[in-house]
Amino acid sequence: MTGKEYRTITDVKGPLVFLNKTEPVAFGEIVTLRLSNGTIKNGQVLDTSDDLVIVQVFEGTSKIDREAGVTFMGDVFKLPVSTDLVGRILDGAGRPRDGGPEIVADEKADIIGAAINPYSRQSPNDFIQTGVSAIDLCTSLVRGQKLPIFSASGLPHNDIALQIARQAKLKDSDEEFIVVFCAMGITAEEYNFFRSDLERTGALENAVLFVNLADDPAVERIITPRLALTAAEYLAFEKDYHVLVIYTDMTNYCDALRQIGAAREEVPGRRGYPGYMYTDLAMLYERAGIVKGKKGSITQFPILTMPGDDITHPIPDLSGYITEGQIVISRELHQQGIYPPINVLPSLSRLMGSCIGEKTTREDHKSVSDQMYAAYAQGRELRGLVAIVGEDALNERDKQLLDFSGVFEDKFLRQTRDEDRSIEETLDLCWTLMSSIDTKYLVRLEQTWIDKYHPDNKA
Amino acid sequence: MSNEGVIYRISGPVVTATGMSAAMYDVVRVGHEGLMGEVIELHGEKAVIQVYEDTSGIRPGEPVLNTQETLSVSLGPGLLTQIYDGIQRPLPTLEKEMGVFITRGVDADAFDLEKIWTFEPQVAVGDEVVGGQVIGHVQETETIIHKIMVPPTASGTVKSIESGDFNVTQTVCVLEDGTEMQMMQKWPVRTPRPFQQKYAPDTPLVTGMRILDFLFPLAKGGAAGIPGPFGSGKTVTQQSLAKYSDAQLVVYIGCGERGNEMTEVLDEFPHLIDPNTGKPLMERTVMIANTSNMPVAAREASVYTGITIAEYFRDMGYDVALMADSTSRWAEAMREISSRLEEMPGEEGYPAYLSSRIAEFYERAGRVETLSGDDGSVTVIGAVSPPGGDISEPVSQGTLRIVKVFWGLDAGLARQRHFPAINWLNSYSLYPQSLDQWFRDNISQDFPEVRTQISGLLQIESELQEIVQLVGSDALPTDQQLTLEVARMIREFFLQQNGFHDVDAYCDIHLQYRMAKAILSFQDAAKSAMANGAQLNDVVNVPSRSDLMRARLEKGYIDVIDSMVETMTAEIADTVEEN
Repeated sequence: MTGKEYRTITDVKGPLVFLNKTEPVAFGEIVTLRLSNGTIKNGQVLDTSDDLVIVQVFEGTSKIDREAGVTFMGDVFKLPVSTDLVGRILDGAGRPRDGGPEIVADEKADIIGAAINPYSRQSPNDFIQTGVSAIDLCTSLVRGQKLPIFSASGLPHNDIALQIARQAKLKDSDEEFIVVFCAMGITAEEYNFFRSDLERTGALENAVLFVNLADDPAVERIITPRLALTAAEYLAFEKDYHVLVIYTDMTNYCDALRQIGAAREEVPGRRGYPGYMYTDLAMLYERAGIVKGKKGSITQFPILTMPGDDITHPIPDLSGYITEGQIVISRELHQQGIYPPINVLPSLSRLMGSCIGEKTTREDHKSVSDQMYAAYAQGRELRGLVAIVGEDALNERDKQLLDFSGVFEDKFLRQTRDEDRSIEETLDLCWTLMSSIDTKYLVRLEQTWIDKYHPDNKA
Repeated sequence: MSNEGVIYRISGPVVTATGMSAAMYDVVRVGHEGLMGEVIELHGEKAVIQVYEDTSGIRPGEPVLNTQETLSVSLGPGLLTQIYDGIQRPLPTLEKEMGVFITRGVDADAFDLEKIWTFEPQVAVGDEVVGGQVIGHVQETETIIHKIMVPPTASGTVKSIESGDFNVTQTVCVLEDGTEMQMMQKWPVRTPRPFQQKYAPDTPLVTGMRILDFLFPLAKGGAAGIPGPFGSGKTVTQQSLAKYSDAQLVVYIGCGERGNEMTEVLDEFPHLIDPNTGKPLMERTVMIANTSNMPVAAREASVYTGITIAEYFRDMGYDVALMADSTSRWAEAMREISSRLEEMPGEEGYPAYLSSRIAEFYERAGRVETLSGDDGSVTVIGAVSPPGGDISEPVSQGTLRIVKVFWGLDAGLARQRHFPAINWLNSYSLYPQSLDQWFRDNISQDFPEVRTQISGLLQIESELQEIVQLVGSDALPTDQQLTLEVARMIREFFLQQNGFHDVDAYCDIHLQYRMAKAILSFQDAAKSAMANGAQLNDVVNVPSRSDLMRARLEKGYIDVIDSMVETMTAEIADTVEEN
């Protein structure tokens, strides 16, 4: 069937092209469109029947007329993969963007990807030390996890993502990650920031970049993360690398999804996003993990900006239901000048339990983390009370907790952009800070750890 | 028309076929690869099919074959310890056939058809048997006897019955009318299995979670909904229930959830010991895993597959608990299919039949008199994932209208690391009246009264807290400050429970009662001490009270708790003399 060119376009609407009377066309098949001015565009079949075929055009439908020739390529979308990908910069549709040669393919991989059999997965339990105290202590990252950053416009999520990419390593190991970076609709400025940082630290040689910028076609964003993840899967499960996938910004991806849904006149779900957005996002996020019998792993760091700082917006909401926790960036902390402004209270790592403790981090990690969190949470709550009744109305315990919440933000959260704290340093710091609270109020700490680690007892 | 047609149209998981005779819910094989699908709509010549596997690469014109059967599950020895996808294909077999990634077009038997089981007949030649009657036993796992039953639709006089070793497809019993019976039978998933009558539930499903058993008990044969935003602990709660509840069998459906979570369950369960029988938990468990990125139509089917298996074991006279995590994903699968069918949507894009489907599903729970006269039950516990944690949405509302127990998870509590993050003020159970007799007979005569006191204290606390928010706790009279202290003890010592702690994860119901009594003893002792002039500060800070509270994490707590309470009351009494 390949090669036959149809000139049977009936309708063009938004990113969609409708044509009739074709040979049987496969669902998901790749399409090229040749315009009368010679431009070539690519697309994919969204709906197919004997009478009508709907094609979604990645590069936008401008200049497409009813005379455009449509060729069906006889196959679904595939990415040529090989280890040559490492060190390369590709555009949102997988074409070289760095002026280098085409990728010489070892094989071609279907970009939709297949679901990993849950029975074949291996539980992630290798602790990744990011060097960022707030993350290591409270939302520990595990190799094979998908842990998004919930941020909002104007917050330093990119710095945090880069710091993690730079510093992330297995404890007591020099093993490095291959970074697969996937940009969806970000500005050229943001992209340059990422690229120059990766160049500066030499990480670019160990990275693959897929870049769709804000002025690139929106529909292309639907395939960009799929290309990135296909490359990641190849590197992880065929070539034994540990891969860290950073993608930004998921909000742009979801908006592109909405755009296509609207053009197809689908029944919209919440806020106009398509009803299948949960499934669609799961098809991306669930491609993280470790599988039995393979050495590599895929860890995902999606970044999304919450519209209006609203965590109940469908994008963060659906993401939160799929990912294994979230790191929430706080505008309030940012405005206080604290970096990284991570609000540990709504942040969570679901896989933390399996990766911390005596064998991996330190025996007191869980208790310290619980106690730090609880004390900070209570301290923060008291701030509200103090605003009404004044500090004098507090009892001794509450006063100590209130003071602690300030110390927590200033001494524990705050660190510089290239400060790489080991988990031991983080835990020791916690003990020092907690010593400002009377031990009898530290009910979440086991006596054994108090005896062993509390500064009063150590000295 | 023949039972073979051709594909006319493909739109995601929905395929339209023409030229094929079809009835609603017929199972069909789609395309050259024979993908499994189900007829869900008929339009004249055209049959609309939902396909349980990925459809990319399939073209119009490919063949469609109608099997003329409805979607059914295979029932028989071999079910236990299995892990299935949404349409009862065992995941280990799929791994063997297609590697670690799930591709498509592979058929797999639900369990090993060749495996030999020892069949012990329970009826003799000449006996009259009816549908649902047990004709033989198979020791399937160490703890579970699999009872082989006459299919619900058959009955007659036994002409011959075998004894000894057979596989599940060999005939073990023949009736006079020629009906041959094997150990395996099939049942269509969308049809509830028949029973004689439903009873009112009168026994609690003891879960080992204090807040559930004590404040909001669920009856065996009841239905509960757990709505909660992400990160509030739905899955942890469901898993705790699967691990520790005193059901004899557990069916766990991971419906559209995370792959790594299912892996965790798979890794963990074989090593966990059932506190009620002392045997590995896996031996009483059937698992269904259809993760969020697996085909959406199979997700829709997974809850039916699960509940049919649960009903089958119920018919043997067992108490079965079914956990569905999460029913919202099931509803979303319905929404997705419905929108592909271009149906007129109801609320939030969900199909108009959403609430009736939810009701039908939960109605398959119940304690029943089985066809053979036994007493069996299916308890259904469904997690709900409301968008943004707002339970005014259609799935939560549809669920709350039908279930009698509501365990409301609360993001605020989760944020305070109060787990299980079940809100004690808005959760409810409508079962206490019917279960109180059981609690009086089996735990303690005053159990319901103790419960009322505990929940009353929590209620008073919430009212006092409003005042504290305005004026600070020091402004309250000391007796109210004491009430706050007692309520804090209830929250931190009793309601909080660490699901990952070796000892704390499961709390015996007798111990629960004694812990509640300990709190009330503290209150009484403190009140009388303070009436005699003791200071609130001295009373609440007696060291033996924190000892009492910390010790709940130690093994053998039930043996020492009473003496610790005595020590505490004595110390509190002593605070009077100090003044």
